[in-house]
Amino acid sequence: MTGLPFGEYLSAYSEELIGGFQRHFLLSVYVLVIATLVGVVLGMLVYRNKLAAAASIGALAVWFTIPSIALFGLFVPIFGFGLATGYPVITMYGLLPVLRNTIAGLNSVDAPTLDAARGIGMGRFRILWQIELPLAWPVILAGIRVSGQLIVGLVAIGAYVGVTGLGEMLFSALQNLGSVNTFNQALAGTLLIAVIALLLDAAFVLIRRFSTPKGIRV
Amino acid sequence: MTAAGTEQLDPVEPLGARRGRVFGWQDLIIPALCTAVVVAELFYLSQAPLDPIERDLVSGDKIWEYTREHIQITFVIVVLVLAVAVPLGVLITRRRTAWIAPFVLAFGNVGQAAPIVGLIAIVGSFFIGFWPVVLIIAAYSILPVLRNTIVGIQQVDDGVIDAARGMGMSPRGILFGVELPLAVPIIAAGARTSLVLAVAVVPLGTDLNAGGLGRIVFPAIKLDRISSLVAGALMIAVLALMIDWLGGLAQRLLTPEGIR
Repeated sequence: MTGLPFGEYLSAYSEELIGGFQRHFLLSVYVLVIATLVGVVLGMLVYRNKLAAAASIGALAVWFTIPSIALFGLFVPIFGFGLATGYPVITMYGLLPVLRNTIAGLNSVDAPTLDAARGIGMGRFRILWQIELPLAWPVILAGIRVSGQLIVGLVAIGAYVGVTGLGEMLFSALQNLGSVNTFNQALAGTLLIAVIALLLDAAFVLIRRFSTPKGIRV
Repeated sequence: MTAAGTEQLDPVEPLGARRGRVFGWQDLIIPALCTAVVVAELFYLSQAPLDPIERDLVSGDKIWEYTREHIQITFVIVVLVLAVAVPLGVLITRRRTAWIAPFVLAFGNVGQAAPIVGLIAIVGSFFIGFWPVVLIIAAYSILPVLRNTIVGIQQVDDGVIDAARGMGMSPRGILFGVELPLAVPIIAAGARTSLVLAVAVVPLGTDLNAGGLGRIVFPAIKLDRISSLVAGALMIAVLALMIDWLGGLAQRLLTPEGIR
């Protein structure tokens, strides 16, 4: 098991590594955007109804308990190998943190504020759009951030049903344990995925800084 | 006082929450579903015309053997996690040893950014077998228990601890008689998270020869036997749901009666 030194490995395989990094990053972002849109809209639909809110969170929580390896495997016969299986499964995992925080955030707006809004003649939709959503935004954003970390890891695991990110390198390393360069492959893949996770996290710090309404900035 | 009053007027309970009771009919839904799935799967496997490769992957005995292995590994991992995380959490909350907190939490948090598939592949480049897989997964799933131990002990009311001290309890007596029992529900919730995480991650250790249900799903993918893949995936899903269910039950049983 004497492969190239790690530095030489990186330069020798730089094209493959950069390509994998790009695919992994973009895939994670796409899935995160979809999960965010669906999660926030679903949250806005159910947050006033206690039963609907508890039921949707409960259903997603059961989904969340089932390991990703199992769900990827169960969806392969339906959608085949590749992104057609990867997208919906990973998106469903990413939904739970977004949905839970959207519901919690929208319900956390205090009653006097809502009374005041109603008192100046705002309708239900305007209250949601102009009062509740901006005030809930930091909480929702925290959910999206958790979801992002989750999705980066799931895209890696999805490689085993054909999701083409950096996970491919990791599974190939696992299947060729003991051969030349497996350690380099594993280390490079792991580090790059960690970098993607940290980049996303840093992006959220910035987004949070600039998108939080002035009045509730800490 | 008004705050306390309004709280009692408007109790917000999650769906299916029961106060006081440990077991209700809702608790039977998940096990019933899981049993139905397993029975249907075993029936299908006994009827279906399997080719020799499939028979080698998923014959009835094999499924049970791999499931047993999976449960064993998971159990060892969680025992290890509890044995390390709870004492560590206690140390962090003691005033004399609180200085270790930043180091321990930094280690735990950095570990979360790295993908577990990658960590297993890195470990696998040097060591294979049961224990390397157990150790790396245990290290990876330590954070939920550690964090919940710290939170669980810190959320114990200061007044309660003062009262215990006033009664003449020793610091050790307070820890074991007051703080830990009151923290048990929260620690148990963390342990449940770790359990489910371990069940989910164990299959990734298949190529390191650790055993478990990954021995069905990964070969099934390589050999293009979709029905075996589904059989293995169903067992992993059922296992995770049942272990989570048992964890929830244990969590309620272990909660001291006074704070149920």
